[in-house]
Amino acid sequence: MTYARRAWIILWKDLLIERRAKEHANALLFFCVLLLFLFQFALGPDRDRLAAAVPGLLWLGFILAGLLGLGRSFLGERENDCWEGLRLTPGDKSAIYLGKLAGNCVLMTAVEIILVVLFGVFYDVDLWTPAAPLALVLALGTIGLAAVGTLFAAMTTQVRARELLFPVLLLPVQVPVLLATVSATQALLLGQPLADVAHWLKLLAGADLVYVTIGLLTFEFVLEG
Amino acid sequence: MTRALGWLTVLGLVAGLAAGFGYAPREAVQGNVQRIMYLHVPSVLTAYLAFVLVLLGSIGYLATRRAGWDRLAAAAGEIGVLFTGLTIVSGSIWGKPTWGTWWTWDARLTSTAVLFCVYVGYLLLRSLIEDPEARARYAAVVGIVGAVNIPIVHFSVKWWRALHQPSTILGPERSPIDPGIGLALFVNWVAFTLLFAYFLSRRMEIARLEEQT
Amino acid sequence: MIAARELRKTYGSNSVIDGVSFELGAGQCLALLGPNGAGKTTLLRILATLLRPTTGSLTIGGADALREPERARALIGMVAHGSYVYEDLTARENLCFWETMRGGDTVPARLEAALAQVELDGVADERVRTFSAGMKRRLGLARVLLGRARLLLLDEPFTGLDRRGQKWVNEFLLDFKAGGGTAVVATHSFGSGLGVADRVAILGSGRLLMDRPAADLAPEELHRLYESLTDSVESL
Repeated sequence: MTYARRAWIILWKDLLIERRAKEHANALLFFCVLLLFLFQFALGPDRDRLAAAVPGLLWLGFILAGLLGLGRSFLGERENDCWEGLRLTPGDKSAIYLGKLAGNCVLMTAVEIILVVLFGVFYDVDLWTPAAPLALVLALGTIGLAAVGTLFAAMTTQVRARELLFPVLLLPVQVPVLLATVSATQALLLGQPLADVAHWLKLLAGADLVYVTIGLLTFEFVLEG
Repeated sequence: MTRALGWLTVLGLVAGLAAGFGYAPREAVQGNVQRIMYLHVPSVLTAYLAFVLVLLGSIGYLATRRAGWDRLAAAAGEIGVLFTGLTIVSGSIWGKPTWGTWWTWDARLTSTAVLFCVYVGYLLLRSLIEDPEARARYAAVVGIVGAVNIPIVHFSVKWWRALHQPSTILGPERSPIDPGIGLALFVNWVAFTLLFAYFLSRRMEIARLEEQT
Repeated sequence: MIAARELRKTYGSNSVIDGVSFELGAGQCLALLGPNGAGKTTLLRILATLLRPTTGSLTIGGADALREPERARALIGMVAHGSYVYEDLTARENLCFWETMRGGDTVPARLEAALAQVELDGVADERVRTFSAGMKRRLGLARVLLGRARLLLLDEPFTGLDRRGQKWVNEFLLDFKAGGGTAVVATHSFGSGLGVADRVAILGSGRLLMDRPAADLAPEELHRLYESLTDSVESL
């Protein structure tokens, strides 16, 4: 019970600080808008070409935003030695990981909703019809990205060249998640039923389980730093 | 002990060369360039062996906090990256005359390339942390994530490829293996494993001596 | 309360802590003096179980702090430079957070009482960002009080405080001791904190150069000893 309380208070603290400082939210929102332009300009005015690339672009957008947002997960703890304070708290440290993971999932979900809406409006893509199965793919992909991202963010917070090392470590590990989510999204946008992408969903679910489990088991070793 | 291993390795490699170029028959479709498979396949197998050892060393360190496990993981990681690089390069050389391009997003090459990136990241992480205790700890976590991810990468890439093109014939698992080719492969695989073991023990020894100063 | 034996901390060939041994009974306060770089913070972090010594043994409250750091941590309250405060949370929210993380009871009455004890109840709902250094320090002390710490480890608690602030910390420590608490205060400034100390130790280049009851030492004598001991260490 204390475990759940502790995970919850971490989530509460991060959301509260975010609401007050608004560090992440505004910048990420603006970043999403910029991405819209970036992709459009990179691919040129051909509508069809853009439409065909939407699944990949969507996930590219999430990952880019994720690299920015996730990498900063533990930055708040660097101030005033709070990291040290967390180390001194008794009990299972993985509760901290869980709380941070939940916070990151909330952040990523907000980014995804914004990107999906922006894509739907500006790229004239129908994302509403397959909304429910798409949401499932998004959820599974988000957990996969956040699970490893939170763990690696904790690690790289204490290391030199943090901004470079974090993407270098995270991206190769995320390849399966990227492949799975883009393939599934593509199929769903083409109107295929959920059953057709079941194998991808199973892969994602399995990967998520593995990543979160490893995160829970190894976080205390990362925190000890 | 290491010296004996070294000599055994030389023997093995010579035998492997002989088997690959002398004993094994010329492959019907691809010609002599196919012989690079005797480098390519053992390389990738050795690379996988290396990363299993990284996993073992990582878990061992976190469980016991003994530096020896970390030295194992570090050495295996370095050599693993080496053999992975060798796999990619040899695969690329094989590919050029066979399909006309240096690179193709074939399932195994792609998986291997991803593997390469994961472990280069592992080595980068190690190089950026000075405190040996923190370095061992963080590297162990990344080592575990990287290793556990290998099967996940394998399946995702395989299914992804299946969507786009029928798989190209690169590996011997697709076509029935001529016994001559099979034997040459086996000899080379043993030779490479010996080479790996030799490098590993040398590298770990150097690391141990470095730590003492 | 504390029994440290031959603590050593080496980084490569550099010995930051080089064979420190001492004992401290419950209800006592040890003042740890030393110039910058002497190893005070490192020693304090070892005592807090934040850092593992390379060799040596440490017992805190009867528990082997190296084998079972969690048991020791339950007794320890540390206030380091940073005070462990989140700038964008209010004082009350900070306390609620840390006490929840400790697994303690966060009923509003307890939080109020702790804030009152450090005279921060008036600004309980102000964001810590608006606090002075002294107020942040006091919040840190409220945190360890709330956590029912029995062993206080304070790293340079007087730095950045004015006279009044320093006096306040002194009185706080006296009250804490009166309640049976034990404290180790690392400081490089004289005058402050020494009034409350039962024992004074001087740390130089990782070694305890002196460890005597405070009652035996007049302030001038202490000052003289400090100068000569630290000079001789630096000339090594």
